[in-house]
Amino acid sequence: MVELLAQTCLNALYAASYMSLVAVGLVLIFGVMGVINFAHGELFMLGAYAVVALYADLQLPFLFAVSAGLVFVGVVGLGMERALFRPLRNNPLGGLVASIGFLMILQALAVMGFGVRMEHVPPVTQEVITFSEKVHLAMPRLFVIIAAVILLTALWAFLTKTRFGWALRASAQDPEAAALQGISINQTSRIAMFIGAGLAGVAGALTAPLVSVNPHMGHSVIVTAFIVIIVGGVGSLEGAVVAAVAYSLVHTFVTTFYDGVIADIVGLSLMLLVLIVKPTGLFGTADRA
Amino acid sequence: MPRAVSHIAGWLGLAVLLIALPHALSFSQQEVLVFLTINVLLVASYRLLTLTGEWSLGHVVIMGVGAYASALYSKQLGIYVPVSIILGALTAVLVAMVLSYPLFRMKGFYFLIGSFAAGEIIRLLWKRFRDPFGGPKGIKKINPMPDLDIGVYSFDFFEPVSYYYFALAVVTLSLWVMWRIERSPVGLTFHAVHWQDKLAQSAGVDVRAYRTRAFMIASGFAGLSGALLAHYIGTINPNSFDVELMVFVLTWAIVGGTATFYGPILGCVVLSILNEVVLRELGFEQMRPFIYGLLLICSVLFLPNGLESVVQHIMRRRTNVQAAKASRAGDSARYNVEERTEP
Repeated sequence: MVELLAQTCLNALYAASYMSLVAVGLVLIFGVMGVINFAHGELFMLGAYAVVALYADLQLPFLFAVSAGLVFVGVVGLGMERALFRPLRNNPLGGLVASIGFLMILQALAVMGFGVRMEHVPPVTQEVITFSEKVHLAMPRLFVIIAAVILLTALWAFLTKTRFGWALRASAQDPEAAALQGISINQTSRIAMFIGAGLAGVAGALTAPLVSVNPHMGHSVIVTAFIVIIVGGVGSLEGAVVAAVAYSLVHTFVTTFYDGVIADIVGLSLMLLVLIVKPTGLFGTADRA
Repeated sequence: MPRAVSHIAGWLGLAVLLIALPHALSFSQQEVLVFLTINVLLVASYRLLTLTGEWSLGHVVIMGVGAYASALYSKQLGIYVPVSIILGALTAVLVAMVLSYPLFRMKGFYFLIGSFAAGEIIRLLWKRFRDPFGGPKGIKKINPMPDLDIGVYSFDFFEPVSYYYFALAVVTLSLWVMWRIERSPVGLTFHAVHWQDKLAQSAGVDVRAYRTRAFMIASGFAGLSGALLAHYIGTINPNSFDVELMVFVLTWAIVGGTATFYGPILGCVVLSILNEVVLRELGFEQMRPFIYGLLLICSVLFLPNGLESVVQHIMRRRTNVQAAKASRAGDSARYNVEERTEP
């Protein structure tokens, strides 16, 4: 029993690490630009397909494919900022609707480029760390956890130690006051969009060998990311990480002891409960919506 | 009264056109026409919901509630199909009433995401519980409408033309009811709740009660459209009511515009015709999500008030031209140039 618990916790840790990458990106975009990016799950999918194309098909090194995925999806994010979110800055519903449109375009492009069937990505390594007879952690999963910790620490350092980071946080708190202080909202939006999209892309790229890569994989990712950011409080980065860990624990345990669909229902119900009891989320402060 | 005469003539012309239309189409186009008729009801009910300013992402699932309920009532309990369709719509109202308690504690984005979550929960319940919802495969062999002979016309509801007339009658009646609701004091209060919710509240309007009312009425008509769909296609499953259909409804409403009653209907009809004529005939069926996504983006960016704004523009030009002619003829006093006062 203890072993089962330990194994489930390890699985949850893995799920939490890539979910927090996705959710933190989503929160960052919402914080700075005030728009909910519905296409975030599809950015995750793009990152996974970058690995399919570069690593599985072209046989390039995995690390290179992941980095390329980060940059590529980040650049797609820049394109979204320029083409969709900037013209619709004063129209939050418009930005959300445009991102739904973009989601469909990305899905259709993936179907046209790769077909609807699942892609097989060969595992980077077969190695498994064995803690005891029933407690294992596959190396690729460990990579995801390590990468998430490094990236989130780097993001934290960027936001708290650099001038760009301060500018970003300032425009998240009060865009008008930030603009009056000479901070370019266009620039902070670009940075936020690049980082936010890049994090989703890198999460997709890292997990590509571990999940079934298909054009519709973004749906479950965005649903989970919504749950995480609502529970954590829309706009709170720390909240997103904590909620990702908490949600992954609950979801993994319910999946282990019941089944996946029940776990989804429990997760969604938890989110509704949080919305009813404390609509600003556990860590949310000001109501920006 | 030439104006009233032209109005009546216009409506009569439309009625004749709609009744004659299926006979000019091929079998598969007739089937599409039935779906289009049902979708018009769906999108019009969606607009009723948006009147109070809240955009739901669970509307299609509510439609599914009507479909599942009506299918189960007729199949499991053996209820006469027309009755089960009405009961299905009422079930959707009931579910909406229950959902409104948690959902209307939220506003804006939170409502949007909350409604999405609530819809997903319902869809997952259908998927999870094989009994009675049939699991991922859904419900098959749903009882069709029983044949009906009304003397002038004998309805065989396996024929798309018959079902089209039936759906057309139901949808027309529903649209008329929705139109009356919007013009009633209740409907005007919906608008007030949308544009001036603080003011409405201070004037003694229970904002939340009106939001709930709009949600329940809209859900009832969505459920009705779902029930109509279920007894036509005969098979429903959780994926019939997924996010993709929701995005289509959203696209119809946004491309058409939601400020007028006809806006979303216009969007639905125009895009469905485009879909049929352009995409399917030319073999671009695979591109459908791509084109819809592009249309959604383009209309948000370049036509934020929807197709209805184009129609309004043309109408206004015409009235202005008429007025100019009239004033030149020297009886300008008899004409009042009516500025459209759409809410």
